[in-house]
This record gives sequence, structure tokens and C-alpha cells, in this order.
Amino acid sequence: METGGLLRGLGYTARMQDIPSKEALIEAPLEPGEKLMASLESNLDDALRFSSSFLFLTDRRLIGLDPSGQWQDWGRTGLELVKEEHGGVGRIELRSDRLLAAWRYTLDRDAAAKRLLDCFRGIEEEARIDIEGSEEEAQPPSWTLFRLRRFAKPYRRELFTGFLLTLASTAAAMVPPYLTMPLMDKVLIPFQNGIPIDKSRVALYLSGLFMAALAAWILGWARTYLLARVSERIGADLRVETFRHLQSLSLEYFGGKRTGDLIARIGSETDRINVFLSLHLLDFATDLLMIAMTAAILLSINPWLAVVTLLPLPFIAWMIHYVRDRLKHGFEQSDRVWSEITNVLADTIPGIRVVKAFAQEAREVARFKHANAHNLEVNDKVNTVWSLFGPSVTLLTEIGLLVVWAFGIWEVSRKTITVGMLTAFLAYITRFYTRLDSMSRIVSVTQKAAAGAKRIFDILDHASSVPEPSNPLPIGRIEGAIEIRKAAFRYGQRPILRGVNLSISPGEMIGLVGHSGSGKSTLVNLICRFYDPLEGEILVDGLDIRSLSLAQYRRNIGLVLQEPFLFFGTIAENIAYGKPDASKAEIVAAARAAHAHEFILRLPLGYDSLVGERGQSLSGGERQRISIARALLIDPRILILDEATSSVDTETELEIQEALENLIRGRTTIAIAHRLSTLRRADRLVVMDRGEIVEIGSHDDLIAKEGAYHRLYQAQARQMDGEAA
Amino acid sequence: MIELEKDAFGKLIYVAKDGSRHAALPVRAFPLTSPEGGISLLSPAGKELAWIAEIGKLPERQRQLIEESLHQREFLPEITRIEAIDGASVPNLWHVETDRGSTAFRLKSEDDIRRIGPSMVIISGESGVNFLIRRVSSLDRHSRRLLMRFLS
Repeated sequence: METGGLLRGLGYTARMQDIPSKEALIEAPLEPGEKLMASLESNLDDALRFSSSFLFLTDRRLIGLDPSGQWQDWGRTGLELVKEEHGGVGRIELRSDRLLAAWRYTLDRDAAAKRLLDCFRGIEEEARIDIEGSEEEAQPPSWTLFRLRRFAKPYRRELFTGFLLTLASTAAAMVPPYLTMPLMDKVLIPFQNGIPIDKSRVALYLSGLFMAALAAWILGWARTYLLARVSERIGADLRVETFRHLQSLSLEYFGGKRTGDLIARIGSETDRINVFLSLHLLDFATDLLMIAMTAAILLSINPWLAVVTLLPLPFIAWMIHYVRDRLKHGFEQSDRVWSEITNVLADTIPGIRVVKAFAQEAREVARFKHANAHNLEVNDKVNTVWSLFGPSVTLLTEIGLLVVWAFGIWEVSRKTITVGMLTAFLAYITRFYTRLDSMSRIVSVTQKAAAGAKRIFDILDHASSVPEPSNPLPIGRIEGAIEIRKAAFRYGQRPILRGVNLSISPGEMIGLVGHSGSGKSTLVNLICRFYDPLEGEILVDGLDIRSLSLAQYRRNIGLVLQEPFLFFGTIAENIAYGKPDASKAEIVAAARAAHAHEFILRLPLGYDSLVGERGQSLSGGERQRISIARALLIDPRILILDEATSSVDTETELEIQEALENLIRGRTTIAIAHRLSTLRRADRLVVMDRGEIVEIGSHDDLIAKEGAYHRLYQAQARQMDGEAA
Repeated sequence: MIELEKDAFGKLIYVAKDGSRHAALPVRAFPLTSPEGGISLLSPAGKELAWIAEIGKLPERQRQLIEESLHQREFLPEITRIEAIDGASVPNLWHVETDRGSTAFRLKSEDDIRRIGPSMVIISGESGVNFLIRRVSSLDRHSRRLLMRFLS
């Protein structure tokens, strides 16, 4: 054993060295004209240590690496490939009458393994090489902002007008410093030399200054108003689009995300982008224009002085670039930390009863404090760089001014420029440099906005795992026949359903029974198409539900959950949730059938009473009856009761039972219940265990069979007896 | 047809088809969104005795009896004008003009102001009285400005 382990270890290292590059591997073993059909890069060795190996399937043979690192091949006849999995590790075995070779892999490669197996068994498919995972090109975060283009498109015209207005208003702002030149040279300096002031000339210049200021004011106002309006709309579109997309994502996505994080993304991130567009980007564009114009004017007045004036610009640009790199990660991190804080809030506030019951307030405060301290720490780090940045820009601009003064005085003394020119220059560059200073602020806001945009596009880029078919089959009202064929499903690595077969006829009531974790809820989720099965299919009226329009299909399904969720709003609105245009008479009829009518009338505002997060408090049974009324109102063909009566006491359950009888009548019903007594009306009981159906039959049949159902029933009966005693 | 009577104490009595007599309490199903839309006669124990889909279709006498009984119990003052609000933030004292005379109430929290539908607002005072604003837009400017400080 000892040497075996050693040899394997040697083999492992040898193999690592023997694999030069993936390209060479694909090239090496193929004969001319041989066609590659499927491939699998296995990533675990026999001892389950990470190590790459390969298995290729061509039209002629199977090629693989053996443990010593040598290529080995097998013909395609007389052999069998078998795929197994256990504990998150998949295994493909090549067998003849004995085991020839095996490859192991983590389950992220399962799809490639399955494809290889299908190909091997003669199910032809396009040759696809799955060695290289599609690696997304890493883009700098600022690029994400360009993707906002899509949202700017509808506002092209306004944006163009806004650009013209910006151009005009900036040009108007350029006029006053220019007029200081003739004011100096033709009015003030001649006056110092004894020539009286030419009043009409002064009036002309001053009115010019006034008109320029007035024009700049009007144009600036129009520009800011227009562009702020547009960017507000872009932000709003973005927010709605993100929410719309979020609503279309499958439950799988929500299962993996935390509420606080999603709320932060849609709420504050879109707002941040909005502010960026309406304030910072606009200012930045204006600044750029102003700098370009100022540079042009300075160059036209005196090229040498202009060059000296513009000298500090590259330094500042370099500084901006340097700090940009430093701040980039800082801001992204601070965003993450911020959602960490929101997450604590989103966890603690809905779970406050648990927190208090276990007296863990202090711990939650500590958790919040910790997240907050983390936030502080990250921001401190960012601020260290940031605080140095502003003053440094100011220092540079002061030095720039100094240079202009010195050079200007020298030039004036040589009489190459006039005093008026120098004054105009100083007036220009004072503006120029203050703009540079404010421009440097764009760095941080761009980074923040880009980080926000990235997090929003994370949502927008996420495709739903239950996609709407491209050509959905139109269905109206369905009959309600359900056929489940070999449905398999897995959460992460845990197999939940392993090939379930079940057919349910229209109007039949099925009771799903089994221990928790046996896959009952998952089966129901598959029928609702909250998830798609990994293998197998589900047919409704003979049609694969994946080919149907999601919304039309779900309109046929009524769902009553263990925890009835009521939205903030009136009771009438909650009952009419699935059919907002329902008449008052329909609402009352549904409530009556759900045995909710009378208790609703006893509330002070009847059907107009507010319920939900902040409203009237209702008991569990009352809430459940409202949710039954909600399901009744849409008159579904398929009804799903997922532990509908589990959270209420037996007496309330009896009341709800009566309401449910009305609901079940004439509909295909699938009921999950923990209490077996609630399923007495079921036509057939389906007993599930560890992802498989173990028994099907009526209550009496199953009891007579003395199998799994019998044991469950006995256990509950004993418990009831115990309670009674 | 619904048989109704009034007993010696002025209480409404419902006479069932079999001739039995029950004390009845008329209740509006949609007191805000559709006050005339559906009225239920409840027994004191909360059981529904009869349902009147539209009160307008009842004969004059029955309608009067029901409306009389409703008016005696229904208390949902409608705010016509907000005079002043003492205090910039909650809790604060609201001085209002209602269709039942002028009054003042304490507002404990901004959550007690709720929108119902597009134009209706319900304000619950600390004493448990609900005040209704049927149409925010029909309030005068002064009242609306005061209200908007608290209404999101």
C-alpha cells in the first residue's frame, strides 16, 4: 500500500510536467482527417486531488491520458461508458468486461461529460471543445459606463441640443476675459499716460461684458435644465429596466442573493449613476470644452505665453491617472462594504422576533458595528489618498499662475506683449485652473458611478435560468393533465430529484407525502416552472412546459403557500392580485368561497382595510384564507397547496379545510401536507423519499401495503395519541 | 326581498324567510372605494344574514332604515381643510376642519398616513379615529402643502 501511494504521487507530479499546453494536447493525438466530437477535461485524479487530465471522443476512437501521462486510445466498439456521481464528484468509467479507465471531475464539468457520453452512445451533436472556458474580457470598470449608451439612445435629440447649448454657453463665458484686453490697452493704460477716457468706447465694452454675462446665464440655465431632465429620465429608465429584469429572473437567482444587496443595487446605485450623469458628467463636458476653447484663444493671442500657461496640465493629468488607479479598488470595496451594512439591516429587521427571542440584540449590534467599522476602515484608506489629491492640484495651479506672472512680466518688459494681454491671460487661466481642479473630482465620481453601473449590469446581464421560449406556443385555458417524465434536479451538488415519473389526470387530487427534504417542494417548483429540471421533462396537456409562454402558463396555476404573503394594500387589492381588473362582486364571491367574507366584514374598513407590512394585523388563519381567495379568484386549472395548513392550529385548519374544499373542486390539485389527515380527500397519495417516488396509491391501499406510508402514518398516529394523552 | 323592521330601541331587525327575527348590523364591504357597492347585514355574532349588492335598488323604506342605522354607527370624518400642524415632525397636533366639525388630533407616526388608491388618504389619529381625505387634489393649496410635508 505504501509504495502504491508513492507511485501514485509520482505519477501525479509526472503528469503535471507532461502537460505542456492545452493546444498541444488537442493537436497531438489526432490522426489526419480524424474529427473531434466531444471532450472532457477532468480535473481530479484517483486520489481526488486536483489534477488535469483529458478525455477526447473522435469519430474513430476514444483518447485519454493514462495515470503515467501516456496517451492511450480505445476503439468505439465493444466498450461502455458509464457516468456516476457522488458527493459532488462525477466519474466516467470506461468498461469492457472489466474497468479500463476512469476520469473524475467536479460537477461544473458535468455538462461536458454528459455531452461526451451522449456522443459516445451515438447521439450526434456538433463537435464542441470545452477545454477553454469562455473567459470574459476584463474591462476597466469605467467602460461599463459606456454601456449606459443603450439607455441614452431614446434621448439622442435632447442630448444633441444639450451639447449645442453647452457649446454656446461656454463660448459666451469666454467673452469677458477677452474684453479685458482692449479695456486695459485702449482705455486704462492710455488714461494713465494722460489721455482722457473715451466714454463711448467704455460703454461699448461694458455693454459687451453685460451681454455676454446675460447670454451665458440664459444658455447655462437652458443647458442645465435640459440635460438634468434627460439624465433624470435615463436614470429612471435604468431603474425600471433593472427591476423589470429582476422580476423576470428565476427563483434560483433570488435564492442565491441577499435582499439587502439587491435593494441597494436598484435603489442607491441607480441614483448614484443618475447624479453622475446629471451633475458630474455635464460639468466635466463643459470643463473640457472650456479648456479647449481657452487653449485656442490663448494660442491665438500669444503662442509662447500660452505654452507656458499650459505647462502644468500634463502633470495634473498624470496625477489624476495615478490617483485613479489607487482609488479604483477602494471605491469598489467601499460599495461592497456598504451592501454588507444593508445586509445586516435586511437580515435583522425581518428576523427581529428571532433576535429578541434568543436575546441576541447585543450580537446583532456587534455585527452591525463590525460591518460599519469595516466601512470606516475602507473609507479611511480611500480618503488618505483622496485628501492629498485636492490640495496637490491647488498647489500645482498656484505654481502655474506664478510661472505665468514671471514669464508675463518679463515679456511685458521686453515689450513683446501688452499689459492688457497679460491681464487677459491671467483672467483666462484663473478660470482654467479652477476648472482643472473641479475636473479632478470627476475621477472619484466616475469610479463610483462605474462601480454602480457594473453592479447593475451584473443584474441585467444575468439571463433567467427559466427562459421564455423564443416562439412560445399559445395556450389559453388548459385541461390540467400533468405528465412528469424522468425529472431530475439538483441544488448545487445535492441531488434533490432523481428521475421522477408521474402522470396526473385532469381534475385529480394528488397528495404528496414524505419526510422534509424528500423533494416534494422541488417537484412542485418544477411544475410551476420556477426551475427547469436538469434532466427529463414536464408536460401539461401533452406540451412541454418549456415551450409555453411563462405568463400564460402560470395564469393557469393557483398557488397557496405555507406562509401566505400579503402585499401592502387593501384586502380587496390583495385578493385581486392575480386579476387586478376583477369586479367587486368577484372579489366578494372569492372571499365567500374562501370563508373569508365574514371576518373581513368585521374589520373596521371591511374590504378596504389595509394589510401587509404595516397594516392591519391578521391571524395566520385569516391571512391564509385571503391567500386562498386570491387563488380562487383566478380560477386556476392547476392548484398547488404547499403545506397550506401547516402553520395554523388544528381548529383553524378545519376552517381552512372547508375553504380548500371549494378551491379543489374540479381542479387538478397537488397538495403537500405534513399532516396526513389533511390529505383525506386526495384521489392518490404519492410517497416520496430521497428524491424518488416510492409508493403511489389510495390511503387504504398504502396502509394495507404496510410500506413507507404506513410507517409515516403510524408515527403520526402515535404522536396524536401522545398529544391526546 | 329583504324584510326589515325597527325595534322599540331603534335597532334594525332582519326578518328571515322562515319568519324568525334577528338583530342586524349593516356593514359596508367597501366603505372607502365603493360605499354603495355592497352592504352586508351581520348578526351580533358576526354571521352574515343577508347581502345587499346595491343599496340603490332597495325599496325606499328598507333603504332608509339601513342608511339610518349606518349613519348612527359610521364614524369616518372627512377632512375638508387642514388648518395647521403644530410641530415640524411627528408626533404632532393636527388642527383640521372635517365634515363633522373642526377638531384636532395627534399623529403618532408618519406610517399612520396611508394612501388608498390614487387619490384617497386615511390618517389614523392617536385616539384611533380614522380621518379620510377623499381627494387630495380637491383640498385647498394651504392644506395640501401641509399634508405633503408628511405624505410621501
